[in-house]
Amino acid sequence: MSTQLTTPTDRQSAEALARSKGEPQWLVDLRGEAAELAGTLEWPKPEKMRIDRWNLTAVGAYEQGKAVGSVAELPEVVRELVAEGTENIVVQHNSSAVLKQLSAELAAKGVIFTDLETACKEHADLVKPYLFQAVSAGENKLTAMHAALWNGGVFVYVPKNVEVELPLQAVLFNNKAGAAFAPHILIVAESNSSVTYVDYVVSEPGSIDAAFVHHSVVEVFVKPGAHVRFGSIHHMAENGVDMTLRRSVIENDGQMEWVVGDLNDGYTVSDTVSLLKGNGSNSDAKVISIGGNEMKMSLTTQATHFGRSSESNMVTRAVMRDNATAIINGITKIEKGATKANGVQTEKVLMLSPKARGDANPILLIDEDDVKAGHAASVGQVNPEQVYYLMSRGISKQDAERLIIYGFLAPVVSEIPIDAVREQLQRLLERKLEG
Amino acid sequence: MATHFVIDGLKAEIEGKEILKGINLEIKGGEIHAIMGPNGTGKSTLASALMGHPKYEVTEGSATIDGEDLLEMSVDERARAGLFLAMQYPSEIPGVTNSDFLRSAINARREEGSEISLIKFIRQMEKKMKDLEMNPEFAHRYLNEGFSGGEKKRNEILQMAMLEPKIVVLDEIDSGLDIDALKIVSNGVNAMRSEDRGFLIITHYQRLLNYITPDFVHVMMQGRIVKSGGPELAERLENEGYDWVKEELGIVDETVGQA
Repeated sequence: MSTQLTTPTDRQSAEALARSKGEPQWLVDLRGEAAELAGTLEWPKPEKMRIDRWNLTAVGAYEQGKAVGSVAELPEVVRELVAEGTENIVVQHNSSAVLKQLSAELAAKGVIFTDLETACKEHADLVKPYLFQAVSAGENKLTAMHAALWNGGVFVYVPKNVEVELPLQAVLFNNKAGAAFAPHILIVAESNSSVTYVDYVVSEPGSIDAAFVHHSVVEVFVKPGAHVRFGSIHHMAENGVDMTLRRSVIENDGQMEWVVGDLNDGYTVSDTVSLLKGNGSNSDAKVISIGGNEMKMSLTTQATHFGRSSESNMVTRAVMRDNATAIINGITKIEKGATKANGVQTEKVLMLSPKARGDANPILLIDEDDVKAGHAASVGQVNPEQVYYLMSRGISKQDAERLIIYGFLAPVVSEIPIDAVREQLQRLLERKLEG
Repeated sequence: MATHFVIDGLKAEIEGKEILKGINLEIKGGEIHAIMGPNGTGKSTLASALMGHPKYEVTEGSATIDGEDLLEMSVDERARAGLFLAMQYPSEIPGVTNSDFLRSAINARREEGSEISLIKFIRQMEKKMKDLEMNPEFAHRYLNEGFSGGEKKRNEILQMAMLEPKIVVLDEIDSGLDIDALKIVSNGVNAMRSEDRGFLIITHYQRLLNYITPDFVHVMMQGRIVKSGGPELAERLENEGYDWVKEELGIVDETVGQA
């Protein structure tokens, strides 16, 4: 069983765990230092959300999943997400990878797609220069704890000029509350390459009987002229706390697309940041969320412009039911020197219950004169004129409202590039909106 | 049984102000009725009150299709009973495609388990869109979002054609249409003329009636139908305006419910 302390790790145990897994010395050292830092740092403080009152320490103990030969051997929750014949897949079960497959064709082109623990051993030269470079271990207690304790994870490496046509897919699932579940996702797209990565982070239904914390960090490096599409759906059990930080560093003329569905049943901190370092770099972030019951969520999207003529677009849409609370922050930051930058953001909240709370906070921080920036935020209910119009064609009130709500979420749902995942997402939305 | 639509003594108010002061009208299958009148005389209120817009409250009277009282029904039930209102200002519904919406509307009229097949639906929709000279891509566009005024009106007629209602109310369908679009929309309406279907066309211009010939023309003022006649009445209104009607009836201000 895991023991739970205020800071749920220390140098000795983090290093011991790393050594027991046969991790290289540089990683053992990184974990040890991070564990020590974790004891001295504070939890992050998202706007208007007291996460320090949440149970943040139930990070569990390392629990190795049982490796399998194929998706067919995995639980239904995984099988229904993976289309037959899928060649490129990584699956994490609780604390470790249990399946990783990459087509011979992509391997021959030099593409690497495997779990991050394996990559640290086999491709240290490619991992080490990037790991914890977009998100620093020393930022706060969460990042330090994650650096000390992350497990399994995913590593994507796409060499220069290689275009990966099919999406790379990962499924990360837990089914035991006491098991550590802390994947770290690292994506490196070299110059003029392109890749689409989609993951689904989920609890096996009915398997979780106690509190757990999923902490995860995503780092994406978009080299000059590269194009990365990143899709992620999170649907973890209601006893869970999901704390996920995503950060992308985008170089000259690079393009980053985020499509995120924060659809957990438990508490959520989701923070998605694009650092537009390069001239002509571009970022597009779309986030949807549905809050129900007593859920609390802090959803942040941020674009920070350093490069000239860099562009960002951020869209967050949330549907709030029951007594749920969502604080939605959109931060457009334009640094001095980022001339001709253009940052646009929209946050929209649809309130389905008078007891729900949804705050949309557009924040613009602009230190350069020669730029464009736009924002729009709205919090409202289903428009009665729209309901009337649909009903006037014979559609029942319930179906009319359902159509309007799905329509509200459609701009993100329609962007999911894997059919099986998009269909699963649609079923999930139905359950969440009608359950 | 041929369609029989009867409005009897209909009174309605908005925010406590009475707009309709007792409307009587009978439309049989195969007939086209036109209601004309200057702005602010209650024409569009009649359309909205019949459909059941939540802002309008019916205080007296009835409206029946084949003996069934529409005013007892919710908006969607009225539609399924056979009433169709082509709206003056159709709503935009982002994220819902035209075809998904129309398929939902058709299936709402069918029993569970006997929904229209996708292939059959697509074939029907493509044909009707072609008749209305609509770009096929409008099937996949979000419902009315970013449509021009004329495109919205054509889309209303498309819905009418797909849903095959018994009673069609066209509220200012001609507003915002250029002459070519007006012809296309009129052709769409004329193609739907049948013994099973009655039309009520609300307009304040006569020009639409050059393309859709009404059997009966009614003039509305002060929330009432004040004069009825045949197609010749519309022509006289076009040539001479409404002043002679006001003079004949001793009406000074024809509007209703204006502040």
